[in-house]
Amino acid sequence: MTAEATAADTTPAPFRILPRIDDRNRFFWTSGADGRLRFLRCQDCGYFVHPPIPLCPKCHSKDVAPEAVSGRATVATYTINHQPWMPGLEPPFVVAIVEIEEQPDVRLTTNIVNCAPDDVRSGMPVTVLFEHHPDEPDDVYLPLFEPAKGA
Amino acid sequence: MAKSDEILERRACITGIGQSVIGRRLFRDPLELTIDAVLAAVEDAGLTTDDIDGLSTYPGPMEVPPGFSGAGAYDVMDALRLSVGWYGSGLETSGQCGSVINACMAVATGLARHVVCFRSVWEGSAQGSKGRAAVMPGGGDGGAARIPRAGGFQQWTLPFSAPSAAIWIAMFAQRHFDRYGTTREQLAQIALNGRKNAALNPNAIYTDPMSMDDYFAARMISTPFCLYDCDVPCDGATAFVVSHVDAAADTRKTPIHIEAVGAAIRGRPSWDQFDDLSTMSNRDAAAQLWTRTDLKPSDVQLVEAYDGFSFITLSWLEALGLCKVGEGGPFIEGGTRIARDGELPLNTHGGQLSAGRLHGYGFLHEACVQLWGEGGARQVPRRPEVAVAGVGGGNTCGCLLLTHRN
Repeated sequence: MTAEATAADTTPAPFRILPRIDDRNRFFWTSGADGRLRFLRCQDCGYFVHPPIPLCPKCHSKDVAPEAVSGRATVATYTINHQPWMPGLEPPFVVAIVEIEEQPDVRLTTNIVNCAPDDVRSGMPVTVLFEHHPDEPDDVYLPLFEPAKGA
Repeated sequence: MAKSDEILERRACITGIGQSVIGRRLFRDPLELTIDAVLAAVEDAGLTTDDIDGLSTYPGPMEVPPGFSGAGAYDVMDALRLSVGWYGSGLETSGQCGSVINACMAVATGLARHVVCFRSVWEGSAQGSKGRAAVMPGGGDGGAARIPRAGGFQQWTLPFSAPSAAIWIAMFAQRHFDRYGTTREQLAQIALNGRKNAALNPNAIYTDPMSMDDYFAARMISTPFCLYDCDVPCDGATAFVVSHVDAAADTRKTPIHIEAVGAAIRGRPSWDQFDDLSTMSNRDAAAQLWTRTDLKPSDVQLVEAYDGFSFITLSWLEALGLCKVGEGGPFIEGGTRIARDGELPLNTHGGQLSAGRLHGYGFLHEACVQLWGEGGARQVPRRPEVAVAGVGGGNTCGCLLLTHRN
């Protein structure tokens, strides 16, 4: 855990390698500031585009813009990692690929939290929550997922 | 099927193979290892470096991750003062042996007559005593303070503590387990079979016997993978001479013919956005291969299939149609079918799990060894005439169907 990560944060997040923010990905990594997950969406054909690129792969329209989604997703697959590869989360922790409700071919590699690792299953409904990392010039909000309430 | 006069890879053949000394950590100059393998392959073909007019390698010069590339095409070209009509390297190709497929195309077009292909690694020495953690971000002695931000593809994995292909491939394996009921007991056969074969390979890294109990006693890396589902980094180089069939008359041995290759990828070129997480782009490469030959999966007598992680091998067996999709687990269960003396010998050198992570080229090398009947103690009892090498995993896969008439 770095001093920078904890200084401005009363609920310190674990050390994370943060993404390098650029003009293409800034909206995604800062989207959690209002608690909403966003993806680029084609304003012509409605297709969600991920990872962000400046055109729609389906219709080649360049009119793509960030839109909020529900934050609901399904665990497509997962693994319980036991190996301490690098500074960061303490093993064991769950890495999963989740598919978003609006368009299942949009996937995120993420962590499943607020859940015992052994309780994670493929097909499990999950919802997004954000881990806040104060940073300059933009705070970063990592989208993590937890079991959907009532699931 | 493609018309036979359009299957131009058949104008190429393999005329020589070579390997350097191979070890867990050799602390030798990786260019020296590379040149040792290259010269061994040229000599095996009965040629001299004056005959070599093409060079192909995977991945080309790369400083990161340490040890991943021992030499680039320019390094070898200059060290041997080669004069070439064609050369190339690159990471974005159909698996490590995409570089061999490229060489086939170069000789088929006449840009070169004898192309040396090589793959050189020194990951064992580069990682040193700290193992793979040494080459991960913040690994070794740098600590967290020296970790750079994650850009490109890594931004989608590193922030979630998922830096390793072990994690990514483990998720493919879990998808297969969930969809088809594949089990760790079944998957273990890839590791056990490899270890049994490695015991007969004097160049293998790990040769001590391994039992099912040993497998289950090993520490978990990332479920469902334990330590023995992950290959062992090493130092070493492998090389081939790919010749035009018309030039093969100049060579020492009867050539190994390239019946067909597969290089396709039809899903998104991504670890986590690929359309079907229970398979990989080997699905597409292998399907393409079978459109380019009259031979059938039932004609295959030997399979050498990539095992950077055990599940990848199982995935290749399904992709190549050697068993039905989803039935890879039952197919290898018990291990007798894939044993060296079984009906479909698999990874007869021990694979990367036990013989060392020569990164793809080791499988094609072993297919040639067996087709030429040069396997010594590990030669399969009935010398094969048709072999397939399936190389790579995830979104970087390629395959070659080889024939050699005894």
